Amino acid sequence: MLEIRNLHARIAENGTEIIRGLNLTVNKGEVAAIMGPNGSGKSTLSYVIAGRADYEVTEGDILWNGESILAMDAAERAAKGVFLAFQYPMEIPGVATMEFLKVAMNAQRKARGEEPLKIPEFLKRVKAAAASLSMNMDMLKRPLNVGFSGGEKKRAEILQMKLLEPSLCVLDETDSGLDIDALKIVADGVNALRSPDRAMIVITHYQRLLDHIVPDTVHVLYKGQVIKSGDKSLALTLEKDGYAQITGEAA
Amino acid sequence: MNVVVPLPRTPAETALIDGARRPAAIEALRARGLPTRRVESWHYTDLKTLLRNLPADAATPAALPPVLEGSAVLAIVDGAPRIVAAPAGVDVSALGDAGIAALSAPFGADDAIGQINLAHVADGVRLAVAADATLVAPVEVQFRSGRACHARVSAAFGAASRAVIIERQSGGGFSTAVCDLNIGDGAEISWIVVQERDDKAVHLGQVNATLGTNAKLNLFVVNEGGKLVRQEIHARAAGEGSEFRLRGVNLMAGGAHVDVTMTLTHEVPHTSSTAVVRNIVTGRANGAFQGMIKVARQAQKTDARMACNTLLLSDEGGFSAKPELEIFADDVACGHGATVREIDRNHLFYLMARGVPERESRGLLVKAFVAEIIEELDNEGLVEALEHRLDRWFSAHG
Repeated sequence: MLEIRNLHARIAENGTEIIRGLNLTVNKGEVAAIMGPNGSGKSTLSYVIAGRADYEVTEGDILWNGESILAMDAAERAAKGVFLAFQYPMEIPGVATMEFLKVAMNAQRKARGEEPLKIPEFLKRVKAAAASLSMNMDMLKRPLNVGFSGGEKKRAEILQMKLLEPSLCVLDETDSGLDIDALKIVADGVNALRSPDRAMIVITHYQRLLDHIVPDTVHVLYKGQVIKSGDKSLALTLEKDGYAQITGEAA
Repeated sequence: MNVVVPLPRTPAETALIDGARRPAAIEALRARGLPTRRVESWHYTDLKTLLRNLPADAATPAALPPVLEGSAVLAIVDGAPRIVAAPAGVDVSALGDAGIAALSAPFGADDAIGQINLAHVADGVRLAVAADATLVAPVEVQFRSGRACHARVSAAFGAASRAVIIERQSGGGFSTAVCDLNIGDGAEISWIVVQERDDKAVHLGQVNATLGTNAKLNLFVVNEGGKLVRQEIHARAAGEGSEFRLRGVNLMAGGAHVDVTMTLTHEVPHTSSTAVVRNIVTGRANGAFQGMIKVARQAQKTDARMACNTLLLSDEGGFSAKPELEIFADDVACGHGATVREIDRNHLFYLMARGVPERESRGLLVKAFVAEIIEELDNEGLVEALEHRLDRWFSAHG
């Protein structure tokens, strides 16, 4: 279970507070959607959960399975099962995609005290995951994300998620830049990972994604706080009425 | 009238000037001393100060397995050529006194490396690749030395020949090496400098190349050792349609000082060049790249590009880049760029968010920075061999 308690976080460089007393609980097996207007702190929340060093937590705590993860760096959190699917995945020239996948999978296995994967088993897993996302293996011969289209990058994120088998998935605007076919492929990929052992946070601007990844709970983020929570019908209300009414109530 | 009062001679100057075999070759140095930072082409490498004393002798390395398995190996051991059976298509012989007498003069008064080498060189290797010959395996010329050593290679590549030559600099102490390359019409030559001298060594190198019509030279320089290193490259695109390519990887650690200085002259129309140098600076290391591209008045349609990128991994290290263009033709495409940066925080976070620990993530990113250049080599075996050397360097210095 993920518990975020009275979280305050600011940009380390200039001290601007973005998250201002945020509370959120997501249970295992639950898919929680986070919605909110631009600038409400959605992406920052995803970075703070994943452990990006550019943000400082000044108050509150983040507990994953009862353990605070705040003192862990991003790699240690990943080894505990935290995964962030980036809104804008990085292009990293010179790092071969396959090599990266192998290093990442084995680093996590090592952190959990497991043996590294044998090459044939590794290849088998990558091929199966790529096929399920209609990804061409040739893409994976390129340097990491280099020259990938927006849609290809998002698929590559889901591919990594499948291979790393995290227990807490945070998807940051995974729908942005996707056409409807790609959206369906990505959503199917995410749905296939839904499991009673896995918690998911889906950050999105639009109801559209939630037609494909149906959430159990919906939370509205505004000025760094969760100001309203509900079930999937809340997303429909937001789509119809916009954020004004809710943010007005909160103000 | 300007009166230049010469600075007192250093022990190194005394040894180099008084000990010369051919005093005439070192006349300019005798008059002016080793270059200081006041000499423009030595501004970033004040040789007089950095080389006050010649380094102590070191052990001469024994025979080394070649960088790329299957290469034909020739050796120059403490200055003495060891000629073995040459592979088909190559004629190899010792330069001898006659060969040395026929060498071209140093470039001028500021050419300290050319002067020191010519004044001291005892012998070297003449390498001739026959016209139309394609060498199946690379030739590795091992320069192995422990005491002060001045070696020379004079290489002629016949028209339409194809060859990969590895110039390997191993050992310690003081060494100079000058390699003159004459690339015939239509020849395609790769010349790979692997400088792996020990961390007290001083090495001064020069590769001088002349490219004929439609000739291609792919010059690759890897500096992964040495305490004080200067590798000069002087290339002339002298034949139409010729293509010069420099790729450099400088790995600098500890208190090393590594300088790569290139002058490239486009002398005739329709020639092209690209030069990309990537540097990794750790510890208190310092480096410099000077790149001068000259385009002669008649050398229209020249296409010349130059880039120098540095990854600075320590606050105590430094790197200076000085790209220069001197263009007299009016219809050319020339460009240059230089960057110095640290590891990209976004890239680092991305890798760490996938569970790769920080140290390993940094290693991946640093390696990627130079691997990009190595992977351009059109030779899988060589790419692998050089990447393996990278890994070794990073595990020792990362």
